[in-house]
Amino acid sequence: MSETSTETSTETSAGQAEESGALVELSDVSKFYGNIRALEGISLQVRPGEITCVLGDNGAGKSTLIKIISGLHQHDGGSFRIQGEETRLASPREALDRGIATVYQDLAVVPLMPVWRNFFLGSEPTTGRGPLRRLDVAHMRRTTHSELLRMGIDLRDVDQPIGTLSGGERQSVAIARAVHFGAKVLVLDEPTAALGVKQSGVVLKYVAAARDAGLGVVLITHNPHHAYLVGDRFVLLKRGAMAGSYEKAELELEELVRQMAGGSELEELSHELERG
Amino acid sequence: MTVTTQPGNPEGSAEPEDAVPQPREADERLVHRPLPVRLLRRPELGAVVGAVALFVFFALVADSFLRPSSISTVLYFSSTLGIMAVPVALLMIGGEFDLSTGVMVTSSALASSMFSYQMTANTWVGVGVSLLVTLALGFFNGFMLTRTKLPSFIITLGTFLMLTGLNLGLTKLISGKVTTKSISDMEGFDSAKAVFASTLTLGSVDLQITIVWWLALVAVATWILLRTNIGNWIFAVGGGVDAARAVGVPVARTKIGLYLGVAFAAWISGQHLLFNYDTVQSGEGVGNELIYIAAAVIGGCLLTGGYGSAVGAAVGALIFGMANKGIIYAQWDPDWFKFFLGAMLLLATLLNAWIRKRAEATR
Repeated sequence: MSETSTETSTETSAGQAEESGALVELSDVSKFYGNIRALEGISLQVRPGEITCVLGDNGAGKSTLIKIISGLHQHDGGSFRIQGEETRLASPREALDRGIATVYQDLAVVPLMPVWRNFFLGSEPTTGRGPLRRLDVAHMRRTTHSELLRMGIDLRDVDQPIGTLSGGERQSVAIARAVHFGAKVLVLDEPTAALGVKQSGVVLKYVAAARDAGLGVVLITHNPHHAYLVGDRFVLLKRGAMAGSYEKAELELEELVRQMAGGSELEELSHELERG
Repeated sequence: MTVTTQPGNPEGSAEPEDAVPQPREADERLVHRPLPVRLLRRPELGAVVGAVALFVFFALVADSFLRPSSISTVLYFSSTLGIMAVPVALLMIGGEFDLSTGVMVTSSALASSMFSYQMTANTWVGVGVSLLVTLALGFFNGFMLTRTKLPSFIITLGTFLMLTGLNLGLTKLISGKVTTKSISDMEGFDSAKAVFASTLTLGSVDLQITIVWWLALVAVATWILLRTNIGNWIFAVGGGVDAARAVGVPVARTKIGLYLGVAFAAWISGQHLLFNYDTVQSGEGVGNELIYIAAAVIGGCLLTGGYGSAVGAAVGALIFGMANKGIIYAQWDPDWFKFFLGAMLLLATLLNAWIRKRAEATR
């Protein structure tokens, strides 16, 4: 019974996707771990030059959603389309090849390696032939510097270990890397979670820069203030299900904050605390 | 002492530049990085300082230390350690240990010797078989590591114990003694000896060919480490394996490759052992694995991986060579050697840790 409804809804949304040119579209996606429902009935669209924010408390299913989009897990139901084409990603590598780059909060970079080595890690350009095939170091250094500059990061020395950069700068380098390697969709996992106010601002600036470069961005966060600053559309998750999906025009910050803070649950809590 | 004052300078001179953050200047600063900063960033700096200090010390204390023959002896001893210390350093940069290296050298020599002798084959056939056997041992280590995800310490400790037993057991079973039969009268012995255990004369200095092998390995390892994408992957799998995997670095293949590199060097070492003496003691090699690791650590390798250099490991081996022979030239009791080495190791590690901290602070 749910199958028929899924089909009709995907057909219509696929038609919309072609019109609107959504890079990634999830409709009615679900994921089960054994008999535990991790996600159910999730729909979202990622369009070029737009930021789609996914908000939710811990355990709401944000990370499961990321893992599906970045190819670490496969969805169990619903449809996952990349540029209108029904897809089931087998690996993170495949996701990368299809233009989906994911920047994880903690494992974005190798701290002891120089910035330029990190920037090209896994996709190093080489020059020369046979046994003389070697890293194109000059090109790597230059490109790293200019690509970071393009994102507004002025690094004095691309040879410094990336671990000496601040958390925000490291995130930004990882974002610049994804942009440079031609990602069409950028998935950001809680990029501001571990950062202070100023650093968060820096990162959000680069997220906006990536959007302006024409990428579709998925921003996963539990901070409604950060989301509202840059987001174009908002998907709220609660216990593995959609609690709401809004465009920026139809949503006030106060409403988003209220929803995120727990809404009615928070009011209940405040009553309980008052009594105590 | 000179080191203590240096880190302050680049910081001080960098301060005014900081005040004018203009993109144009940033470009120029990319090219003109102050030399002290670049030197301080090198992982082998501590070892080089130590080696120079040790050289000056023994040159003053022991009169015979500077004689050409002494220098050639020191270099020979260093090279036998260095051939192994260099790939062990690469492995450690890749974040793994190998405790089976010491006995693997002996296994390699035994395989070569016994195959040639038992099959009455040309010694070169034995040498070839030994290469396959040794590479298989290295592959076993790497494969077990990447498959089981157990710590390399445990896996190679297992290999170490198994090989120690196999070396003795198989040799006794086949030759009836703990020593292999001499293969010096066999076909191909002379040419193999020329490759693995000959002496080159340069002017008044006799140099063992192992020194050439040693330097060649340092050159190749440095090239791989700093100028190829494989080198980039080695640093990455040691310094942040999850990040490396996330950007598509073939982690398992890189680690297995590193173990194969160690095995290849163990093969060269083993063949030298065999053709230098024409027989092999099957109980040899136990304990050497720790000396290789110590040389790599003195040379600036981090125990936790992700940092170090091949040149550093070579200098670490040189420090061992100078200390070992220098104590004899100074006519001290050689029993003090191990104590001396332990102290060197601690000092070098402290120095390296301190330098790295300074280097990372100096942006």
